[in-house]
Amino acid sequence: MTVLKKILVAAALSAAIFPSLAEEVNVYSARKEALIKPILDEFTKKTNIKVNLVTGKADALISRLASEGDLSPADVLITTDVGRLHRAKSQNLLQSVDSKALTSSIPANLRDPENQWFGLTLRARPIMYVADRVDPKTLSTVEALASDEWAGRVCIRSSSNIYNQSLVAAMIAQKGQDSVQNWANDFVKSFARPPKGGDRDQIKAAVAGICDVAVANTYYLAGMLSDTDSKNHDIASQVNVFWPNQDGRGAHVNISGAALTKFAPNKTSAEKLLAFMVTKEAQEWYAQTNHEYPVVEGVKWSPILEGFGRFKAEQVELQKVGQLNKQAVQLMDRAGWK
Amino acid sequence: MINSASVASRWSSSVLLLATLIMLPLLVLAGSWFQPEWRIWSHLIDTVLADYVMNSLALALGVGMGSLFIGTLCAWCISRYQFPLRRFLHWALLLPMAIPGYIIAYTYTGILDFSGPVQSAIRSAFELRYGQYWFPEIQSLPGAILMMALVLFPYVYLLALNAFKAQSSSLYFAAKNMGLNKQQYFFRVALPLARPAILTGAALTMMEAFADYGTVQYFGISTFTTGIFRVWFGMNSSLAAAQLASCLCLFVLLLLILEQFSRRKQRYYQTGQKSSPLPLESLTGGKAYLMTTAVSIPFILGFIVPVIQLVDWSLQTWQHMLDADFAVLLWNSFKLAFISALAVVACALVLGYGKRLNKQKRVQIATQISGLGYALPGTVIAIGVMIPFAWLDHSLNAWLKDMFAYRPGLIFSGTLFALVFAYIVRFLTVAKHSVDAGLERIKPSMDEAASNLGLTPSQTLRKVHIPLLGGSVLSAILLVFVDVMKELPATLILRPFNFNTLAVKAHELASDERLADAALPAVSIVVIGLIPIIFLAYSINKQKGT
Repeated sequence: MTVLKKILVAAALSAAIFPSLAEEVNVYSARKEALIKPILDEFTKKTNIKVNLVTGKADALISRLASEGDLSPADVLITTDVGRLHRAKSQNLLQSVDSKALTSSIPANLRDPENQWFGLTLRARPIMYVADRVDPKTLSTVEALASDEWAGRVCIRSSSNIYNQSLVAAMIAQKGQDSVQNWANDFVKSFARPPKGGDRDQIKAAVAGICDVAVANTYYLAGMLSDTDSKNHDIASQVNVFWPNQDGRGAHVNISGAALTKFAPNKTSAEKLLAFMVTKEAQEWYAQTNHEYPVVEGVKWSPILEGFGRFKAEQVELQKVGQLNKQAVQLMDRAGWK
Repeated sequence: MINSASVASRWSSSVLLLATLIMLPLLVLAGSWFQPEWRIWSHLIDTVLADYVMNSLALALGVGMGSLFIGTLCAWCISRYQFPLRRFLHWALLLPMAIPGYIIAYTYTGILDFSGPVQSAIRSAFELRYGQYWFPEIQSLPGAILMMALVLFPYVYLLALNAFKAQSSSLYFAAKNMGLNKQQYFFRVALPLARPAILTGAALTMMEAFADYGTVQYFGISTFTTGIFRVWFGMNSSLAAAQLASCLCLFVLLLLILEQFSRRKQRYYQTGQKSSPLPLESLTGGKAYLMTTAVSIPFILGFIVPVIQLVDWSLQTWQHMLDADFAVLLWNSFKLAFISALAVVACALVLGYGKRLNKQKRVQIATQISGLGYALPGTVIAIGVMIPFAWLDHSLNAWLKDMFAYRPGLIFSGTLFALVFAYIVRFLTVAKHSVDAGLERIKPSMDEAASNLGLTPSQTLRKVHIPLLGGSVLSAILLVFVDVMKELPATLILRPFNFNTLAVKAHELASDERLADAALPAVSIVVIGLIPIIFLAYSINKQKGT
């Protein structure tokens, strides 16, 4: 009995003193498990580095990171929008990565000027219209959706949603607070109903006749088109994508991205993981499976994405969009955008 | 008897210590007022605060009233009458409890929405277009009230059923002798006697409504909880968010005081000897079937309909959802819920009994406040747990480094320990109400007798109260178990690496708008939730011999 005890104590001690020698990397991800795990598994297969994952809401993960401080086990933070990456950076939770692989493959406007965060995929938020009710010639810009012509004909989700916050923040960055406030005050009059549901619900509402156009991210439409449930496919195929603001600032895009945490205990492995995310293989997986636009040139899009067409994207400095998020929320509060 | 004062004070200090620990997250919230965010507050007051207050109040009141009505009525029918399917409905009415509010909201939206089967059928049958016919909008405030009442009424039902069953038959015959008819007996005797239990149940449902985030967020209703996240995530002010959350606490404190006040006016004790239960009144013919139908409706709407929809979705997706990871999910969820339920109920027993032993104001107030966590969204509690735990970890690491040049890393935060603690904060009230209601039915003379026989308070709790409490403790464990199974936001934030639960999985898929994929984990939550419910129903049946 005592011998057994001694062995146990020794084992426990050695486990505590000599942590397992296998390489690991710990990830806090605001991307859902289903949308990140396959690529992480692939990374493990390639490199033999084990990936430990916690998923959750971005701000909650950032709070966790902040309160854990220098004891945090997290190496990599993954989020689905630039606002959150900027927030983590401004709370001094990230560190710069000096990696040729990252800087050479990601365009400069899609990463932090100090290389503290990196865009991994692009997400576009165009206008979607019901083909047999709307003539695309009547569509032009997101701004124009606020005109009387569109009163009661637009579906868009709540302003609590980050995609809308980023959309408005990007507009503020390019057009100034006052002009966007005026636009938002009018835009809410175009709503067919008080905002509710997610992006897919807006597309469904348009097809059901509640409204004629919906504002939604493309990968939701793509997800419906590739759904095994034929009902979703039928609904989605009645909708077309219109790329707004093509003669001007371009269609609104946001990024999903990743960063190295300030106190990352497994820095080398973490940098390997970040570099892996911009390899052709990983980028293709996003483009093919989740229908997001790759940030790396020369990666093939899925046929569905090709079907939506090529477009001119907004060139706004993403860091600014992150900074303006609060202003955007307050602006929408004042406009009565629920 | 000599040192009873010191024993009681020992109890009161351990109760105070426990209550303070549980209050930590609330203190963190209160601490946010040291730096009031006046600019955000004035923005909120100018724009959306009125909406938040009105919608939250309307939601909580609506859900409370709805649950009270459905739960009490069903409990009365089941406890008084014999009708077809009664034995089945007796426990089946508990089943809606296993369905999370946000899941029932998703399923009914899928069914009743404009693009769902019902409205599509109406449109194609009458060749109508959207807007040419009237159909109730499910994604609305009344819709949210209905959804939540349908899954929360079992809280009232369970407590009311226990209360009605505990009423002795002698009361009924006395009332009859005095010439009261059945309606009069219900309104003048049975209902007032069961009132503490029923109001407790209704208060629980109201707190759930205050804390709800998933349903209102999906339905696009602006409430305090959606406001908290908007301010925190959207305006990046965790301080203002904490201040909003502490206002929500005030609401709930008020609610608890009201409930306490309504109870204080009357106290009822069960007579010592077990009275013979009142024989059921047999209904026949049309009346019997009418009652079967009426009592079945909440069961069908709150359980059968959403489960059918979930099963239908699961059948489309189970092939790619069901893998080895899924077994791990099942086991994680079960294990976590079970351990947490025991921990929560143990705390509730200590606090409830401590409160009974010691009538000091500070003990009473401390135990009261420790239950406020129930009305807070899990995310807020999680942050409130994270901050003090991280502080503890940092201090411990600094100390160990000084002494032994060794840093163990995170011990409390980022482990299951933090998660279980968060559940204690969040769900203590659920267990406490059940335990308190049970304790209240035990006459104080039992304590005196035990004390005269030389039992210490701990012995009395173990040997007298817990056995007498049997059913109440069991229902407390059950309620917490099911709640933990469904809990999402705190789990999401505090769980360790590579640890998922069914609720997390269901939520991730549903919030990605993949409802069909979310169905299998959702159905599994329901199925695992059924195990303790059936166990409880079985034990109620055995106890009462009905």
